[in-house]
Amino acid sequence: MTEQRSLTDAVIIGAGPVGLFAVFELGLLGLKAHVVDIQDKPGGQCAELYPEKPIYDIPALPIVTGGELVERLLKQAEPFAPVFHLGQMAEKLEKLDNGNWLMTTDLGQAIEAPVIVVAAGGGSFVPKRPPIAGIDDYEGTSVFYSVRKMESFRGKHLVIAGGGDSALDWTLNLQPVAASVTLVHRRPDFRAAPDSVAKMRALAEAGKITFTVAQITGLEGEGGRLSAVKLKSEAGEAVAPCDTLLPFYGLTMKLGPIADFGLNLTENHIAVDTEKFESSVPGIFAIGDINTYPGKLKLILSGFHEAALMAHQAFHYVHPDQKLRFQYTTTSTELHQRLHVA
Amino acid sequence: MKVLATDREGGQHELSFQEGDTLMQVLTDEDLGVRAECGGCCACATCHVYVDPAWLGCLPPQSDDEVAMLDEAFEVEPNSRLSCQITMSPALNGLTVTIAPDWN
Repeated sequence: MTEQRSLTDAVIIGAGPVGLFAVFELGLLGLKAHVVDIQDKPGGQCAELYPEKPIYDIPALPIVTGGELVERLLKQAEPFAPVFHLGQMAEKLEKLDNGNWLMTTDLGQAIEAPVIVVAAGGGSFVPKRPPIAGIDDYEGTSVFYSVRKMESFRGKHLVIAGGGDSALDWTLNLQPVAASVTLVHRRPDFRAAPDSVAKMRALAEAGKITFTVAQITGLEGEGGRLSAVKLKSEAGEAVAPCDTLLPFYGLTMKLGPIADFGLNLTENHIAVDTEKFESSVPGIFAIGDINTYPGKLKLILSGFHEAALMAHQAFHYVHPDQKLRFQYTTTSTELHQRLHVA
Repeated sequence: MKVLATDREGGQHELSFQEGDTLMQVLTDEDLGVRAECGGCCACATCHVYVDPAWLGCLPPQSDDEVAMLDEAFEVEPNSRLSCQITMSPALNGLTVTIAPDWN
């Protein structure tokens, strides 16, 4: 665990389109931002769910893919040199005696700032947990949703479940380490890198792994120690002995630790006003899909608008004694300097 | 025009639809617990339903995207579909579906 501490003007939770535009809007007002995201790349849902899918309702961009939009927003935010903390979850938020907030991630990164901006969309992307009865008894002992250290699976009898790149990559990577690997997928075909699929099939043909077309219906074991998974397929029911299950069924969104930040929530959304997009706690803002207010539309463009109004209020928390002069990017020399175009 | 939907507790619902609605929209208009997390872009599998086998032949065929997305669903059956991929038409008046189990 790393223990680092930085001081900035605003911590933005979520590197999706709205979080990235918040960097820009804060930057125009001379405010610096750090951005935390659980994914290992910026873009949020645009990058994770629909990088290739066209979006048609971004003002002035008749058509843009999720991936391109993220690229453009990163470019637009570049002059303000945001500091990204990726692959980390915003875990803890505490109020300091000096009035600032201290946000700590699950990797131990601590960031102090007078302003917190929650731009977390639908929440954190976390692995889907299969709805198998009793699975929680085995999580952390025999069932794992990610591989942190390959070495911890040495000599284990693994069942890997799923049909995407994660399932295949870990099948290939763990095969030399594990005592046995059984890959379980509901159909013979995969949507994954063709090269990985070919390598997996070669290993199966050579008898080095087992590939089973089935779905997991139950777990057998005792005291958190797995002994087998129950399988169901068109061929009937079967049992695959194993001591470890690695399910890779993609990601889902969860509000996560934000629910414990002490903010007023309405059906898992953060209630905000529509002048400043501030939550029930002064200095903590919520913009984009994560917030709610009368008339809310979950559109990227709404989040952009919310980011601009948020930034104007955030300025007063960072510089309580200064007056904020409203300026246009077309004419202001000061803004041109901040944008590095002067 | 109506869709007949069974929720996860076994409750029966008769839901009105208009031509061009997706089945996901029809189901999420009522609070039947369909999460439809990605909003209908075939990217999350949280709008999974079982279609009454008698109706399967009337539905638009599955795209590769839908088949692949069902890999991330659970308790997938031969009559599993993602409701966001089914566009409603008069030919589907009376369509009967059961909402698939959710997960957390």
